[in-house]
Order: sequence, then structure tokens, then C-alpha cells
Amino acid sequence: MNTAPSVAEVRALIVKHKRWDLAFAVIGTLALMVGILTFVALFADMLIDGMPRLNYDFLTSFPSRRPEQAGILSAWVGSTLVMLVTAVAAVPLGVAAAIYLEEYAPKNWVTEIIEVNVTNLAGVPSIVYGLLALGLFVYQFGLGQSILAAGLTLALLILPVVIVATREAIRSIPSAIREGAYALGATRWQMVSQHILPYSIPGILTGVIIGMARAIGETAPVITIGALTFIAFLPPTPISGAFPFLSFEWLTAPFTVMPIQMFNWTSRPEAAFQANAAAAGLVLLVMTLSMNALAIYLRYKLRKNIQW
Amino acid sequence: MVATPIVEVTSAANPQQSKVLKAEVVDLNFHYGSVQALKGINMPLYEKHVTALIGPSGCGKSTLLRCFNRMHDLYPGNRYEGRIKLHPDDTNLLDPKVDPIEVRMRISMVFQKPNPFPKSIYENVAYGLRVRGVSKRSVLDDKVEEALSGAALWGEVKDRLRDLAFNLSGGQQQRLCIARALATDPEILLFDEPTSALDPIATASIEELIGDLKNKITILIVTHNMQQAARVSDFTAYMYIGELVEFDATDTIFIKPKNKQTEDYITGRFG
Repeated sequence: MNTAPSVAEVRALIVKHKRWDLAFAVIGTLALMVGILTFVALFADMLIDGMPRLNYDFLTSFPSRRPEQAGILSAWVGSTLVMLVTAVAAVPLGVAAAIYLEEYAPKNWVTEIIEVNVTNLAGVPSIVYGLLALGLFVYQFGLGQSILAAGLTLALLILPVVIVATREAIRSIPSAIREGAYALGATRWQMVSQHILPYSIPGILTGVIIGMARAIGETAPVITIGALTFIAFLPPTPISGAFPFLSFEWLTAPFTVMPIQMFNWTSRPEAAFQANAAAAGLVLLVMTLSMNALAIYLRYKLRKNIQW
Repeated sequence: MVATPIVEVTSAANPQQSKVLKAEVVDLNFHYGSVQALKGINMPLYEKHVTALIGPSGCGKSTLLRCFNRMHDLYPGNRYEGRIKLHPDDTNLLDPKVDPIEVRMRISMVFQKPNPFPKSIYENVAYGLRVRGVSKRSVLDDKVEEALSGAALWGEVKDRLRDLAFNLSGGQQQRLCIARALATDPEILLFDEPTSALDPIATASIEELIGDLKNKITILIVTHNMQQAARVSDFTAYMYIGELVEFDATDTIFIKPKNKQTEDYITGRFG
């Protein structure tokens, strides 16, 4: 018996099946639109509210009781310095931990538990990190409500992101490259430092910057450890004219950061402060987007030279 | 001083020539965890000759090759029993007291798929020397040229040593990997199916190169291609499910093998 469908039947079948293609294309487009349109609406709203306030004075003035004189100088300087501490702390720790897990750790149940937990840490609510840091950094280590404490707190927060991204980057290096290096008599450290590390830098950078972009917007843990909401002075300058030229006093200075400044302004009743918050939001958004742009650029530029 | 053993080989092709033993596999068993992959292998390796390992997939030929430079040490759960003696100093390559890095510094390897590092042509060839602590520019330059010439690649790349290695064609990449392995003057060169990822023209150039190299170096090659074994090797070992079925001069193996199983494989009735 011939069970093959006739040409007419096949055509009817194709038409029927293609309806699902179309249906999913429509659903997918709608889903995408919800996300994009929401972002565009938020951004446009912030742009309309904040744009008139955004000028040079806004960036170079301290906060003030008079909204038209208030600025975000202490906030963006604070955010930048905190991010600096975060990067300096999180990158070496995260990269070293990832290299250990991928290249050195014996494959046993202890390693497995550590691996699962590192991944889970990425999902811990940020306020929990804030509480931990309050107890550990602020009180136990006596760091106080300082830039150093805030930077270390956010470093903890992004550590899992850095570790996971670094591990992914390391894993994408084919084993043929590892074996090639070992076959020439390389030790494990020679293999790691001369191959694994240089080849995974694009992936590591991407992870670090995505983590930093998350950290710069974090409010809860920074409030928990006691960032100020009103601060009218800058931390001591890190570079000085006199010997020894570098100063680390700024690490212990009190501070505020961009999202806290915004939060403070949005909680005020005056409409003029709402405009300030929107303007600060724009600046924060620009900071985040430029970090992402940098990540994309670096990844593109560095990956060009790496191919298997 | 350990006297270099001289072993007479009764080969139909070279009956009068005496061969110097470079290495000797003695009662070698190898286990991947609970799976025994090699069973009681005994085999000689003659200096400045090409020895080919042939046999159907899964027979253990690559496993045996990778014992020679302790590649199996990189993965947990692998276990060696028996010895691979390297002459003239009689070092047992499989001795746990012998550092695998020492073994790999004496024995180089070329892999199945060209695996150049994502670095320049120059740095690829110089890498083995850098690992050994050579950093003097003039020494590196000389060695890189010598190795690239040895791998018949110098003429094609001498004007673009700073180019990235992956800009080369597949065949050139494999010759680069051979140059990389040669740069450190190894005592034995291992080839693990070096042409299986290459087109026929590139394959022919690699085979020709192996023919030239055996004047200077001892070669052990795994190949799934029997014609290749017949073309490039002086000795052939036929393996089947972890055992060495027959070892002899290549001409003998291909013209009148002693073992029925070998004959079936060679003639294509099986495998």
C-alpha cells in the first residue's frame, strides 16, 4: 500500500505548518517589543524630566538644599572611587579562584560543592551582602563607613559574576591548546600564565565589566554599610604634588554614590528635586552604557587575534 | 656508561642493516580508570627510523603513542604498568619518579588536528625554547629558522614571521606544529594521525617531510591509513583491542604477514 501523501496533501500540510512559523514570529516580536518599549518609555521620561537640569554646573556642584544649585559632584566621584576599589579587589580574586577551579582543583565532591555554591552566590540578594559587609568590614575589620568598605562589599557582590565569566572563558579554550603546551614541556603555571590567561582575557573583561555595571547601580548594600546621603566635600585626592605623590587616605573617607543621591532626591516632595534625580539617572545610565560599550569594543578587538 | 644495545632485525627489506634501539616498550599495560586499554605490549623503537602503529579504531594505537610523552598524566584515573625504556640512558619513561615534564622535554609530539597557539608564527616555533628558559634573541632566531627549514616551511613564511599562525593554511599549520616540535631537538617525534585533518596535497607534503626527518630523528606515527603506513614507515605494528598482534619491518607486514588477523586487516577484509 502506498502511504505517501499526494502533492496536494503535502502542499496543504506545509501551509498548515507554516502558520505556526508565523504565529511564533508574531509572539516573539511582541515579547521583544514589551521589553524594548518599556525601556524606551522610561528613558524618554527621564530625558524629558532631567535634560533641562543636565549641565556643567550640575556635574561640578555638591548637593544643596536649593534644588537649582544642587549637583552630583560628590556622588559621581564617590561612585568612580568605589568602582575602582571594587575592580582592584574583585578581578584578581575572581580570576585566581576561577583558574584554580578550572586548572588546579582535583575533581572531587569538595570541588563540586564549591562550584555549585559559587554559581548560587550570584543569586544571593544584594542586601544580604550589605549585612555581611556591615558586620565584617565595617565593624569586625574596623574599616568604618568608608570607600574601602563599600568597594569591598560590591567586590563580594560581583565576585561570583567574575568567577563564572572567567571559568566560561577558560573552558572555551580547546584542550588541544593545553595539550600542545604541555607536550612542549610546559609546567602547569607556564601553561596557565602563557596560554590560559592571555586567551581568556576577552571573556574575563566582559564578565568584569558586566559585573561592574551591575555594581555601580547597587543601592541597598551601600546604604546598609552606611553611605551618607548628603555630603558636601570630596575625599582626599589620591595624587599629591609632594612625596610620596600617592595617597590612600581617600580609602577611609566617607562617601556617597550615584544611586543613593538619586534615591535621596526622589524621596523629597519638591518637583525640582525630582528633575535632579532624573538628571542624575541619565548620568548613571550613561556611565553604565559606556562601560558596556567598552566591554563590547574590547571583546571585539582582543578576540580578533584569538582563533582556534 | 650504558652500552647501546644493537639488535639485529631479520627484515626482508634490510637484512644486512643493523638497527640501533632507541626505545623499548616492555610489558606495558595501561588503564583508563577500570578499563584496560593496553595489554602486555612489547615493542622496540629503532633510532632514525619510522615506526607506524596501525589498527582499527579503538585498538589503542593513540593510547600507546601518548604513553611515550606521558600525556595520560594530564587526566585523573589513568594508570601505567610496565616500562618504556629510553636509550641510551635506560630511563623508564613511565616511572612515577620521572617527571612527565622531563619526558616531554625529550620527546615531542605532533597532534591529529593542527593546534597552533593563537600567537605569531615565530612565537609558536620559539615556545618550546622559551619554556626551557631560552630568551636570547640570536639563539631564538637561529633555532626558529632551523626548525622552520626542517619542517619545509621557512621559504613560505620567512617574510611574515610576525603574522598570526592561524592565517596559514591547514597543511602549513601542521608543518608549523612540526617545526614547533623540532625546535627543541627532541630525541623522538610522535605523530598522532598527523594528516587526518588535511587534504591530499598537504598530506603528501607531510609524508615527504616525515621521510626527510627520519634521517635525523626517531619517529613513531599513528595512522588510520594503511597506504600511509606503507609509504612512510620502516617498521609497522598492528594492534587490535589493546594488544600488539604483530610487529615487523613494514615490507614484511604488508607483503607476507605472519598473522592471519594482520593479513585480513591489511587486505581490507576487516577493519
